[in-house]
Amino acid sequence: MTARLDARFAQASAQGRAALVTFVTAGDPDHETSLEILRALPKAGADIIELGMPFTDPMADGPAIQAAGLRALAAGETLVKTLDLVRAFREQDQTTPIILMGYYNPIYVHGVERFLDEARDFGVDGLIVVDLPPEEDEELCLPALSVGLAFIRLATPTTDDKRLPAVLKNTAGFVYYVSVAGITGSATPDFNVVGAAVTRLKRHTKLPVAVGFGVKTPEHAAAIAAAADAVVVGSAIVDTVAKSLDGENRATASTVPAVADLVSRLAAGVRRGRAAA
Amino acid sequence: MTAQPQPNTFRMGPDERGRFGIYGGRFVAETLMPLILDLEKEYQAAKTDPAFHAEMNGYRTHYIGRPSPLYFAERLTEHLGGAKIYLKREELNHTGSHKVNNVLGQILLARRMGKERIIAETGAGSHGVATATLCARFGLKCIVYMGAVDVARQAPNVFRMKMLGAEVVPVESGSKTLKDALNEALRDWVANVHDTFYCIGTVAGPHPYPEMVRDFQSVIGDETKAQMQEAEGRLPDSLFACVGGGSNAMGLFHPFLDDPEVAIYGVEAAGHGLSGLNAASIAGGAPGILHGNRTYLLMDRDGQIEEGHSISAGLDYPGVGPEHAWLNDVGRVKYLSATDDEAVEAFQVLSKLEGIIPALESAHAIAKVIELAPDMPKDHLMVVNLSGRGDKDVPQIAERLGSSL
Ligand SMILES: Cc1ncc(COP(=O)(O)O)c(C=O)c1O
Repeated sequence: MTARLDARFAQASAQGRAALVTFVTAGDPDHETSLEILRALPKAGADIIELGMPFTDPMADGPAIQAAGLRALAAGETLVKTLDLVRAFREQDQTTPIILMGYYNPIYVHGVERFLDEARDFGVDGLIVVDLPPEEDEELCLPALSVGLAFIRLATPTTDDKRLPAVLKNTAGFVYYVSVAGITGSATPDFNVVGAAVTRLKRHTKLPVAVGFGVKTPEHAAAIAAAADAVVVGSAIVDTVAKSLDGENRATASTVPAVADLVSRLAAGVRRGRAAA
Repeated sequence: MTAQPQPNTFRMGPDERGRFGIYGGRFVAETLMPLILDLEKEYQAAKTDPAFHAEMNGYRTHYIGRPSPLYFAERLTEHLGGAKIYLKREELNHTGSHKVNNVLGQILLARRMGKERIIAETGAGSHGVATATLCARFGLKCIVYMGAVDVARQAPNVFRMKMLGAEVVPVESGSKTLKDALNEALRDWVANVHDTFYCIGTVAGPHPYPEMVRDFQSVIGDETKAQMQEAEGRLPDSLFACVGGGSNAMGLFHPFLDDPEVAIYGVEAAGHGLSGLNAASIAGGAPGILHGNRTYLLMDRDGQIEEGHSISAGLDYPGVGPEHAWLNDVGRVKYLSATDDEAVEAFQVLSKLEGIIPALESAHAIAKVIELAPDMPKDHLMVVNLSGRGDKDVPQIAERLGSSL
């Protein structure tokens, strides 16, 4: 079920490094440019792609990802189009795992069964749905597992040892450790604390541990990569998209290159991580 | 959707997963989940602790000024020529609305839990004012999130909150109204988990909020039952209340749900009309997930939340409490709606006939009473929840009616 993800983590580990997970919002700044960005990510050094499904009310996201979602919605992105983006990406790339990340309502309204069938058929590998804790597993997590899609759970600083087994129970692919109690784009975490948290998680699971929230620069990526199996970068990439746009939020010639440049520097940071440690 | 089998009681919910039928639940980020479980545990303990109730009752009597009167609106009754109309005078509570009933309960709970920083969202500002008031009373830090649009249209309440020592944060994201204030409060909570208590202002949000807020507001219905018994020797025939998130309505309705002879009507905000911009989520919405619960939502075919519209900031919310969604589906409560124009008309009628200036929110309920009371027999006892006073709305009404202050 998690073949593409397992292969990627195995490959990174064989190279003695952490994997780089890059988040972009589907349809930001528009559908076509967003596909170009997706195609540029693996070439620039991204190992895994997290693709944000835009939502009007992203309660766990900070200003950068909120704005990206609103840009995408304004440009006409829908869940149907986001799934189509994955299908188009898969025509040229069969190895880079794609995780869809977002909120439950658009999926619920689309229809859970229909969504899961399409996601699997179009080449999605896993799902992160922020507002579905283990207490609501029957909604989407269990149905996703039954069609062969990984449900990747977030563990946070408030998830204590007592709660961790419940959070890990139906998690597949990898575990995503949210390094700070807060929203995306928050302050940079204390790297020593993150290291201890990863060690704690590893006591409970054999799955790879990815760490995200607040990772903005190649230096941060290197520091996290020293302790974690993967580093997730989101707001910094989405901010780079935003800064490349013209006054009417339209893509410019520099949009795709600017993202590729940041991602290649982040990839270099990730590769330095273990070497330094 | 009324063909479902009827339960033995309408007062059982929620179940252990926080569900009312398919509605409710706990749709929150993992960071908040441990806090919500903790809150549930603490609330269950407080609920069965006589000391908690004794403390709450003391403040209800001496600080809020309860019980609020059940007042026979003689001139409104004469004017309409039908049902005998009673007003449940929640606008006479300290701070001027029903919101304080809930805030008192939550603040006493926050104190039990040792939380010193209180956050709240507000639409009309009534909940914000009530929260700022109790935080002042107990020396707690208070931060109120309010949509930038609402900050502009409810200026008197913004100033009141500041006077009371609260920090008012205008929310510029999304539609800049109540739903966005809720998003921003949730974001604050996620980032300040250790010392912060989120005081939600209505019967919405993740379990246990809908249940807890309902319980704190049920004092409205409990008193009404006893007061009507005293005045008329029987139960009322019908109840009316406006529904934003639905807390004043649930507080009045819940104690009567198992009295089948009492007809119950919630009134949503129809804004420009149900075929135009409105905030009537039961009439015009469909089930979806927002702000921690499944309920009726105004949204597009892609599941994107639409901006509600109502002249009343307190009703301008694209969702509704999950227990209302369930009561609608099982057919126990009938949900009607009133337009902006009907509410403004009712606002003036009540002011002129009874000398009571209602909140624009409450005026929506009055509007339906004005519509339906004339067709009822004279011995029909009708209760309408006057959830708040209208001082906060005077500048907005003046502008709408084209007069300057
Ligand atoms: C006076 C008044 N009534 C009613 C409401 C609507 O809220 P609810 O439906 O929770 O009673 C508000 C909200 O701000 C209000 O201020």
